[in-house]
Amino acid sequence: MADVKRAAPVSRPLSPHLQVYRIQMTAVSSILTRITGHALVAGVVLGVWWLLAAATSDAYFATANAVATSWFGDLVFTGSLWAVWYHYLAGLRHIYFDAGHGLDVPTAEKLGWACVIGSVVLTVITILLVQ
Amino acid sequence: MRYITPRKRAEGRGAAHAGTEHHWSMTVSAVGLAFLVPVWLYVFGRALGQSREAVLETFSHPFPAILTALVLVVGMRHFAMGATTMIEDYARGTTRKMLIIFAISLSWVIAATGLFALARMAL
Repeated sequence: MADVKRAAPVSRPLSPHLQVYRIQMTAVSSILTRITGHALVAGVVLGVWWLLAAATSDAYFATANAVATSWFGDLVFTGSLWAVWYHYLAGLRHIYFDAGHGLDVPTAEKLGWACVIGSVVLTVITILLVQ
Repeated sequence: MRYITPRKRAEGRGAAHAGTEHHWSMTVSAVGLAFLVPVWLYVFGRALGQSREAVLETFSHPFPAILTALVLVVGMRHFAMGATTMIEDYARGTTRKMLIIFAISLSWVIAATGLFALARMAL
């Protein structure tokens, strides 16, 4: 490469360049699967603690129920609900991918959007159903 | 010395050195949870926010109790194995081992606590 003459310094961004890199749907939907799956442990811990308190005594239940139904509890459970639906749809997509389907870029991107939009829709439906 | 060709030793075991067992286990638990979770969300969501009597009444029935137990056991196994994969991706050496042991232990503690609560309510 030493004998290659450079006419001008390279002015275009070198790829992949972090400042101009367009984040792709396939990457976002993949990392969201991992994040939602692990974050769900928070909702599970709160839910199990609430169940333990219900099984133990009135006083313990009063404490746990106050936390579980506070704004903090609402935040954790609503967040967990969205996370579980996202992880659910992304998991189904994973099984679909594993079977060798939907691996072309346009389909994979559409499926990513389906997970994001579908999870929000399912979260709203679930909240309406259990109210 | 093992009288076995390198090819034979590697076959079917992949980069994880354990074959497809972990992946298959995740697939099986994922399909199980796909059936369990939507129904469980409804049962748990209905119980949440009610009085203690109503909660005890709900989980004293076989269906909600067994469903919740299955979600906890299958779900926490699924979590432990998923967390193991994540830790293997980001940590090495002793840190990796300690984090994996912590994740698996935490999963069992959560499952056991939930099962204890269920047993106390259902029995």
